[in-house]
Amino acid sequence: MSEILYELREVHKRYTGRTVLQVSTLDIYRGEVLAIVGPSGAGKSTLLRLLNFLEFPDYGDLIYRGKVIQPGTMPLALRREVTTVFQRPALLSATVWRNVVYGLRVRGIRNGARAVQAVLARLGLAALTHAQARALSGGEAQRVALARALVLQPTVLLLDEPTANLDPYNVGIIEQVVADLNQTQGVTVVLVTHNVFQARRLAQRVVFLLNGTIVEVASAGPFFESPRDPRTAAFVNGEMVY
Amino acid sequence: MDVVWAGLKEGLRLLFAGDPYLWEIVLLSAQVSGIALTISALLGIPFGAIIGLTHFPGRRFVQALVYTGMGFPPVVVGLAVYLLLSRNGILGPLNWAWIPQLFTVPAMVLAQVIIATPLVIGYTMAAVSEVDPNLRLQLRALGATPRQATWAVLREARLGVIVALVGGLGSIVSEVGAVTMVGGNIEHATRVLTTAIMLETRRGNMDLAIGLGMVLLALAFMVNLLMAQFQGRGK
Repeated sequence: MSEILYELREVHKRYTGRTVLQVSTLDIYRGEVLAIVGPSGAGKSTLLRLLNFLEFPDYGDLIYRGKVIQPGTMPLALRREVTTVFQRPALLSATVWRNVVYGLRVRGIRNGARAVQAVLARLGLAALTHAQARALSGGEAQRVALARALVLQPTVLLLDEPTANLDPYNVGIIEQVVADLNQTQGVTVVLVTHNVFQARRLAQRVVFLLNGTIVEVASAGPFFESPRDPRTAAFVNGEMVY
Repeated sequence: MDVVWAGLKEGLRLLFAGDPYLWEIVLLSAQVSGIALTISALLGIPFGAIIGLTHFPGRRFVQALVYTGMGFPPVVVGLAVYLLLSRNGILGPLNWAWIPQLFTVPAMVLAQVIIATPLVIGYTMAAVSEVDPNLRLQLRALGATPRQATWAVLREARLGVIVALVGGLGSIVSEVGAVTMVGGNIEHATRVLTTAIMLETRRGNMDLAIGLGMVLLALAFMVNLLMAQFQGRGK
């Protein structure tokens, strides 16, 4: 078994007095693609924000590479190993280039031109390098959002519904790039998705989250072929789960 | 009507002939309002960004204070600064070197800072609140520090921040009540465009008053033009 990157132990997250996430235990391994599936409001995005250290547990331990993560004590370099592509690509009102180079600039990297060009080419965006972000289609904008994450060469890439509402062409490009990234560079990918087919195509392990708690964690094959929990089976079969 | 035309002609002549009295007033006005706006921007933009972007206990109370400050009547600000700095006031008797004295340029700057800062805070607050809240989260996820993310949001809200600065400048450059009270309209010392216009109109020097008025309008126009240029650059 490869190195454990994240360990979550009795992690609770509350908003305005309501518990939205309650994970008793979850390990995420270096180099895997882990899909987190579940209905809306299951706590998937909250979990992703914790994994990107954008928020912190109210109690319980979030451990990253053996270090217990606490607000205020998180080394910037460690935080910068992880990045997220959100469902809605919030882009700067600037050119595609400036958007993609942003993460490098905040790290003080000034000679990232080649890396930016390479990642734009990889995502089929080279012709749009100097286009304004506001002029892009939804699919192009999401590819820019992925490009600006990839250029950072993250240890962990978190994807929050990255292909929701995109056409099959853009879905194909994004899935291909994510799979390549994992296979050729060993990047750990945590993918939040509603789409069980996408989870099946990309993930090696799958977590089913319901009402803030983990119902089932399993390798992709058994998860989809023979789920242990009837609620998982219902979700995989496309039945509504509450 | 003849008075207006004659005034306009004479005003233009004075302007382009480099009349020393007129230009002294123009330069002092630019100096006072320029310094005051710079201080207001340095205080108001960060405060506005913090109030607009963060959630903290008492935020609504602070917002209400800012909105109240935006509506301060300048003459009341002048009165407050006067009471603060006068010999019988709160700070006046202390005689500390950094406390401005009444009827000096620093006192006028202080009054203008008090007038402009709430406007800069309020407009900045509104401007950053308009930016997609997901953007800040996304920038943080890309590794930006809170300060870097806030700076990027301010850049996104630049149009609103420019409006904040223009609004702040407009409120002080054309203001007469506070600067008269704390500046005293002293020739060669604290006489600025607005107080000079008032004085010259009372004296019946309509040409000079109109000339000064034209400069005031031209100044306001140039500042707005400059701001529009800055705004266009980022696009």
